Amino acid sequence: MNPIRKKRLMLILLALAGVGVAVGMALLALQQNINLFYTPTQIANGEAPLDTRIRAGGLVEEGSVQRDKDSLEVAFKVGDGSKSVVIRYAGILPDLFREGQGIVALGKVNEAGELVADEVLAKHDENYMPPEVAQALKDSGQFQHYQGGDAKETAQ
Amino acid sequence: MNWTWFHKWGSPKWFYEMSGAWLRALAWAAAVLLLLGTVWGLAIAPQDYQQGNSFRIIYIHVPAAFLAQSCYLMLAVAGVIGLVWKMKLADVALQCAAPIGASMTFIALLTGAVWGKPTWGTWWVWDARLTSMLILLFLYFGVIALSQAISNRDSAAKACAVLSIVGVINLPIIKYSVEWWNTLHQPATFKITEKPAMPMEMWLPLLVMVLGFYCFFAAVLLMRMRLEVLKRESRTRWVRAEVEGRA
Repeated sequence: MNPIRKKRLMLILLALAGVGVAVGMALLALQQNINLFYTPTQIANGEAPLDTRIRAGGLVEEGSVQRDKDSLEVAFKVGDGSKSVVIRYAGILPDLFREGQGIVALGKVNEAGELVADEVLAKHDENYMPPEVAQALKDSGQFQHYQGGDAKETAQ
Repeated sequence: MNWTWFHKWGSPKWFYEMSGAWLRALAWAAAVLLLLGTVWGLAIAPQDYQQGNSFRIIYIHVPAAFLAQSCYLMLAVAGVIGLVWKMKLADVALQCAAPIGASMTFIALLTGAVWGKPTWGTWWVWDARLTSMLILLFLYFGVIALSQAISNRDSAAKACAVLSIVGVINLPIIKYSVEWWNTLHQPATFKITEKPAMPMEMWLPLLVMVLGFYCFFAAVLLMRMRLEVLKRESRTRWVRAEVEGRA
């Protein structure tokens, strides 16, 4: 390669490295704002701001879903393995909502430390499988192993 | 090191003569792979245990998202070659690839939204993956707009090359957004280097579709580039001979 081209190439690489560092530092500074949701542990530790709308994410705990008989109101616990937070919601839940599923709820935390949500989204994990395979995994008790990927992802 | 293979690309005439045969091969490969992948993915592959049939949108969504990012990487590489080696063909490739990449990004965003509505419960959420993908779309629009806005061909080529190279920072952000931050979007299902998070009978048609999309992209790119080369070189003798020979 002749010297002029080498110099131009170096200049481009240097500029790219400079921009990369700048963007990297900006993203690092914005770390908290880019996260879509707070985990239950963060909410329990008081890291989440009160009196503003926040998102909470985690796994719906087994056996915690309580539906109101006369309305669409529903309350359930969302946990990340160590802490959990109660979420209240009135409305239609997404199709994928079920116990053990990862969800993200948008709402305000009230005095009792419960999140009053006005939007509940289901989080889908990266695992795809045919129904027969899922059934076979459930039967052999291996299914939780597959769900583990989502739990880890949500609990970060 | 022997650079002759590389310097050949400096000649638009050589490119035009060689690319005809490549175009034919790629177009055939794309047609066969896309047809096979569509039938296999939509009709033969099993349903998903949770999402049912709506998971099949992955056969468009994932290849389009792959292409959207690969195409931008190609813009940046073409930008570097254009700036460092001053190759005319690099700018042709950059200009011709940008609209294809923009369409792929749009398809990825659209299919994602259509899938997100029934699965997540929302068309759009401002999480890191979706937002960085939207930025990619705007980067493509920026490259296209920049090349249209500057009338001098050489200045336009330089400006577009610089924008493409700077924008490449966005690619690792897109790829790792699902790992660095809490997002609604799930981590990658289709993996080549590790064990994929789906069984073979779902993964193979997806692989076929991804390869088909790459061949389709290459074929469309060559088609656009050949036309652009003819336009830009229209005053040379070989183009006149080529056009008159056909007419």
